[in-house]
Amino acid sequence: MKVDIRNENGGAVAAITGEIDHHSARTARSELDRYIINTQPRTLAIDMGGITFMDSSGIGLIMGRSKLMKECGGRLEVRNAQPYIKRVLKLAGVERIVKIT
Amino acid sequence: MDTVNSIKFTMPSLSVNESAARAVVSSFIIQCDPTVEELSDIRTAVSEAVTNAVVHAYRGTVGNIELTVKLLKDREIYIKVRDRGCGIADVEKAMEPLFTTAPEEERSGLGFSVMSSFMDKLKVNSAAGKGTVVTMRKRLAAHGD
Repeated sequence: MKVDIRNENGGAVAAITGEIDHHSARTARSELDRYIINTQPRTLAIDMGGITFMDSSGIGLIMGRSKLMKECGGRLEVRNAQPYIKRVLKLAGVERIVKIT
Repeated sequence: MDTVNSIKFTMPSLSVNESAARAVVSSFIIQCDPTVEELSDIRTAVSEAVTNAVVHAYRGTVGNIELTVKLLKDREIYIKVRDRGCGIADVEKAMEPLFTTAPEEERSGLGFSVMSSFMDKLKVNSAAGKGTVVTMRKRLAAHGD
């Protein structure tokens, strides 16, 4: 699993590639939290187009980052979620809290 | 249980083995030519069951997780994940959506909900101090469906 973060139109995009499970989510969580705390972007879009697997660990990853972004005065969104990933996220009602496209 | 083929393996409860478990299950059931969605559902359910054993059953320690996968007649997949860890005191409570005992690890409490949603049948047997056995079944669509 790999996280690439870039600036885009005043916000940030974090492209995650590979598999998100309990093991790999820790790395993503650590990298994203460090970026959010140090940079405090207005928006952070998690680009999930390169994710090849995700279990419910991804729900915790998204919800946790959404909470941190709000605490820092920003907003999180999810981009390029494949139908399979949307299905997992919808089990937790993530779409009611985070914009998912 | 009319078993056509089966595989059983044991792994230590290291989080890195969550992906190994998925890989083994995928390799085994590919002989049934599942759809991409069926394969994805089964991999996800297995990942949840194994993660539960890693995170909850052997919290702070390492023990063995036994994973059994069977191909039954009529294209039914049977999966059993067994640990001999701390067990679940209240299985009914543990299966409630959003219930978790590991919020500090950002566990969503949806592991059993995912297993239940992505598989046809889910059964959890557990005894405090003795361990937990999770069994799941999913019938694959017949070829040509």
